[in-house]
Amino acid sequence: MIVRTLAMAGALSLAAAGAQAEIKVGMITTLSGGGAGLGIDVRDGFMLALEQSGRDDISVVIEDDQRKPDIAVQLSDKMIQSEKVDVLTGIIWSNLAMAVVPGAVAQGKFYLSPNAGPSALAGKGCHPNYFNVAWQNDNLHEAAGAYANDAGYKNSFILAPNYPAGVDALTGYKRFFKGALAGEVYTQLGQTDYAAEIAQIRASGADSVFFFLPGGMGISFLKQYADSGVGLPVVGPAFSFDQGILQAVGDAALGVVNTSQWSKDIDNPANVAFVASFQEKYGRLPSLYASQGFDTANLMLSALKVAEPSDADAFRAALEAADFASTRGKFAFGPNHHPIQDIYVREVIKEGDIYTNKIIGVALKDHADAYAVECKM
Amino acid sequence: MSLILFIEQMLNGVQFGVMLFLMAAGLTLIFGVMGLINLAHGSLYMVGAFAASWAAGLTGSFLLGLIAALTAAAAAGALIEVAVIRRLYARGHLDQVLATFALILILSEGTRWVFGSLPLFLEIPPYLSGPVRLPGGIQYPLYRLAIIVAGVMVAAGLFALIARTRIGIQIRAGEADREMIGALGVNIAALYTVVFALGAALAGLAGALIGAIQSVQVGMGEPVLILAFVVIVIGGIGSIKGALVGALLVGLTDTMGRFLLPVAFAQVMAPAAATAVGSALASMAIYILMALVLIFRPRGLYGVA
Repeated sequence: MIVRTLAMAGALSLAAAGAQAEIKVGMITTLSGGGAGLGIDVRDGFMLALEQSGRDDISVVIEDDQRKPDIAVQLSDKMIQSEKVDVLTGIIWSNLAMAVVPGAVAQGKFYLSPNAGPSALAGKGCHPNYFNVAWQNDNLHEAAGAYANDAGYKNSFILAPNYPAGVDALTGYKRFFKGALAGEVYTQLGQTDYAAEIAQIRASGADSVFFFLPGGMGISFLKQYADSGVGLPVVGPAFSFDQGILQAVGDAALGVVNTSQWSKDIDNPANVAFVASFQEKYGRLPSLYASQGFDTANLMLSALKVAEPSDADAFRAALEAADFASTRGKFAFGPNHHPIQDIYVREVIKEGDIYTNKIIGVALKDHADAYAVECKM
Repeated sequence: MSLILFIEQMLNGVQFGVMLFLMAAGLTLIFGVMGLINLAHGSLYMVGAFAASWAAGLTGSFLLGLIAALTAAAAAGALIEVAVIRRLYARGHLDQVLATFALILILSEGTRWVFGSLPLFLEIPPYLSGPVRLPGGIQYPLYRLAIIVAGVMVAAGLFALIARTRIGIQIRAGEADREMIGALGVNIAALYTVVFALGAALAGLAGALIGAIQSVQVGMGEPVLILAFVVIVIGGIGSIKGALVGALLVGLTDTMGRFLLPVAFAQVMAPAAATAVGSALASMAIYILMALVLIFRPRGLYGVA
């Protein structure tokens, strides 16, 4: 599927055809199956930014990776070899990113990550042509640990799925949390029943619970936890509390504290305009994934103003400058091309009939990731 | 580890097992009577959950949601049987697997087309929410107790249906000798549609009951489908009694494994390593159980040779 962005309806593609060389972007993201909500939000945020830019010389090839690494690799080969894209983006899941990114950047393409930030690509495996516009995977969990200290928690029960990003999550939390651990549990990936874990939490004598259970797993956990009457305070990263999920959790999420680099109530002109225009175009509130897609596109657009991707050194320097108005406000890249940014503490509230998040503080200021020192570019 | 925690975990295991039984009963019934491997059974579970969520959202009544789930899943089951499955009885299992896998894709993307990609909301009704105090001071969610009760009632009803009613006799006869009951004047086509719709309704009920404590989303049926297959392989394919025993065994093994294995390993190694090894082994426990059962009873616990 090729989507050509046409800012002015009357312009049609005639104007673009035959003009200067088109810039081609390949977007590989998850548009079907269980994780589709994330990919759709990234895509919609990205396309919104392109549309607002008014540029009609950028074409985007969008393909669905079905959350499968092998398909993602096939798509990237196809995009690089037959579509001849200049820039790749879109991948949601870390295991897919690990399958695609090293190969793509080795072939001289630029990859801008709107979501996945595995530690392997932030440390020793960093690459001059790889930029992460979202976060390094550990960041939001580190912020949750920092928040737990501020909140005075001394004894946390922590749980995450048993896969690399789950291990990263608990590692990130423990890196910043100074208290003791009442229990540490790895659940199965895709697990939907948490009765056994909740019983352990009840018996553990913990004073707080930290969990990283993205997508449907988090919905299940929160509903069951609320119904169990355990009632200990819960902290988690934003992944279980994004705009798409909250409506399905309902009252069970109210008052839960979560950490995020973005929130719809961050008060800067770029964000206010983004939230309003996203809502107008798609009829729903944006999630953090949508903001990441939007920022990724704007970063790319800011660099394209300076240089074409064919002039790799100039284009790279323009990306490094990150001269764009981020929805997060202040935004800069560290030496490993991962963001240095504030991470906020949000609380789930109800606005009218809609469940959403409100910022209640800052967990970490100008936070960089722990792997930057290992990166030699 | 206290006794209270142990009993609570046993209850969790039983509740999980009862849920699996609702799925496995339909699956094993359909295989037993029609010799059909139905991979789309998980999709009917999803249909039930979506129908319940939709109806409960519209009317505000969880009970109406359950009725909608039963109706929608049974209707979807009957429709699928008449339109697709009927053509597959005479074919090999491979064709059945292919066709019913295609049904998974069609139903999943069809559901996404109608309801969108975001998870839906289905809530525990107020009269069943919150924990209750059981004798011995155990705090246990009322809704999970209700699931156990509902599951036991369905199991009893199913046994009564098969042992004591005319349609039950036909189902048993159909399992034993398909051609003969056809020759005796039983309308096989109608019987198959009824059995398929019954199995679908059970899956839909399970989806609706579980939807209230989990997330109602596209693809929610497939993980449960795999477990249901483990259950019927352990219990013996085609046996309802086997499905019940197998479901409880799997439910208890999975829950107690997740709970006890990390504790057991912590006796002999460092806590962090024990957690990792214990969790990894716990996720394998039911498959190890299945392998053991198959070594000693290749046709499952109650399978007929």
